[in-house]
Amino acid sequence: MGTITPTHYLVLSAALLLIGTAGVLLRRNVVVVLMSIELILNAVNLNLVAFGNMAGQLNGQIFAIFVITVAVAEAAVGLGILIALFRNKETVQVDEIDLLKW
Amino acid sequence: MSQFYTSTDHFVLLPALLLAMFGCAVLLFDFWIFPQEQLRKHLIWFVALGEAFTAIALFRQYSFLNEHGGELVAFNGALVIDGFALFFHWLFLAATLIVALISYRYLEVREEHHGEYYGILMLAQCGMFFLASGTDLVTMFVGLELMAVSFYILVGFLRTDKRSNEAALKYLLLGAFSSGFLAYGFSLLYGMAGSTRLRDVATAVAARDLKDPILLMAIGTVSVGLFFKVSAVPFHMWAPDAYEGAPTSVTAFLSVGSKAASFALLIRLFTALGAARSVWEPVLAGVAVLSLTIGNFAAVTQTNTKRLLAYSSISHAGYMLLGLVAGNDRGLQGMLVYLLVYTFMNLGAFLVIIALNQKDVAGEDVADLGGLIHRNPGYALLMLVFLLSLAGIPPTAGFIGKYYIFMALVEAKMYFLAVIAALYVAVAVFYYFRMVRSMFVEKQEHAGPLTTSFGMRAALVVTGLATLVVGLYPEPFVRLAQTSLMR
Repeated sequence: MGTITPTHYLVLSAALLLIGTAGVLLRRNVVVVLMSIELILNAVNLNLVAFGNMAGQLNGQIFAIFVITVAVAEAAVGLGILIALFRNKETVQVDEIDLLKW
Repeated sequence: MSQFYTSTDHFVLLPALLLAMFGCAVLLFDFWIFPQEQLRKHLIWFVALGEAFTAIALFRQYSFLNEHGGELVAFNGALVIDGFALFFHWLFLAATLIVALISYRYLEVREEHHGEYYGILMLAQCGMFFLASGTDLVTMFVGLELMAVSFYILVGFLRTDKRSNEAALKYLLLGAFSSGFLAYGFSLLYGMAGSTRLRDVATAVAARDLKDPILLMAIGTVSVGLFFKVSAVPFHMWAPDAYEGAPTSVTAFLSVGSKAASFALLIRLFTALGAARSVWEPVLAGVAVLSLTIGNFAAVTQTNTKRLLAYSSISHAGYMLLGLVAGNDRGLQGMLVYLLVYTFMNLGAFLVIIALNQKDVAGEDVADLGGLIHRNPGYALLMLVFLLSLAGIPPTAGFIGKYYIFMALVEAKMYFLAVIAALYVAVAVFYYFRMVRSMFVEKQEHAGPLTTSFGMRAALVVTGLATLVVGLYPEPFVRLAQTSLMR
């Protein structure tokens, strides 16, 4: 059994970033897209905590707490807007939300 | 161990504190003390008071810098007040005040007048403060998100309007996505530097090999996030939708406030990444040319004025990016002058579109401008000034902005880029003149005079004067940009 090196964290967070990006670009349900954005932000958190641990500082963890807070605010506003939209339009599918285009 | 909260810290933070306090106060008062409809219109006085206090705080910082020179550094280097930051703070203050002035009548007409609008407006301005003053990755990220979340709410402010809902949702999804990328880049920069301070990041980047994959990944993700925020091609798709669906007063604020703040962040970050210039400069040049191309050509086919101005603002982002590509002092100076000019001329153009919005008329089509010269000559002439300025024709302000960008490119011996940028002015003239033609040649679409308000007329006079004065007598403004960068 080898030890967990910083590279492992980096690879994991890069994988999370990729999965999140794929989710945003490919999924059609707005709620799933919001969840994919959370995945990206969690990749960020993983990076921050791993780097902070490597450097032996708390800065990384503090930054991560800020990122978590911001993610919550974004999700709250996002779901609020989605509910407003759902009241008017009865859909959460991205490809049915198509009033605005050239 | 340094002191926790010194008087310098307080002095630097004061404008942001005031904005946050007054913003929250407006939210609370709207909820508790002003349940009666007729009292609501007095909430705007809170905004005026808050902005007046902020202006005083900013003026004190300005006179301090004038006396002592240098810069004010607070919180161990997390926040800074220098000429650059102050330039942007004044710009944000002007934009917020003008938008607050004109919002009243527009929201009344749309029957969505709520007090929290003004509170969120001020919180957005507070976020912009941290973008222009922040020199720490955490401060910058939180400031960016404070501004962005406020804008998501403002774009979706017309709750019963499907188009406003849709615009807000699209803006939120793409905005949060891009913030995620930016944050990922920040986390890698933090990992390289072992510190979140921008100057440590700059030294760490300078010490790295330019082929280091982590450095490349960091620059890549940060660039993607920033290009989203300034709506540069190929990350511009949110802009036309958000601009079209949002309440027009918010569109005006979004197109100048959010853009100026994002450019402040972009200049600070790319300056910190200056050691890796050979990596990002070609990318930036490519993105700028793409923005000019797509922005200008897509605008040609638009029939909705808000959407047309959205594409034109994408092309303006391209011009401003070219200032950074040139990489000399003249280029940065050109960017600041361009942003100043752009703020007033773009706000002005949106003001006229807001004025066209009447009880039963959306007024957002190019055809709605028809015969404006007969209906209201004053507005038609002002719109002509704004459109000439947006196209960059002398003697208006827009020409000065473009002139400095071109000069910077020529000084940096990037003749090819300068020629391309100049050629796209011709395309821009074509679609701006479609609006002019509609106003002066085509027949009147709607009967009846335009009802306006005092705030609207005041805001139009200010933006119109600014656009003309900067164009006719640019020296003081150019010098202002120069001294802002020197301190």
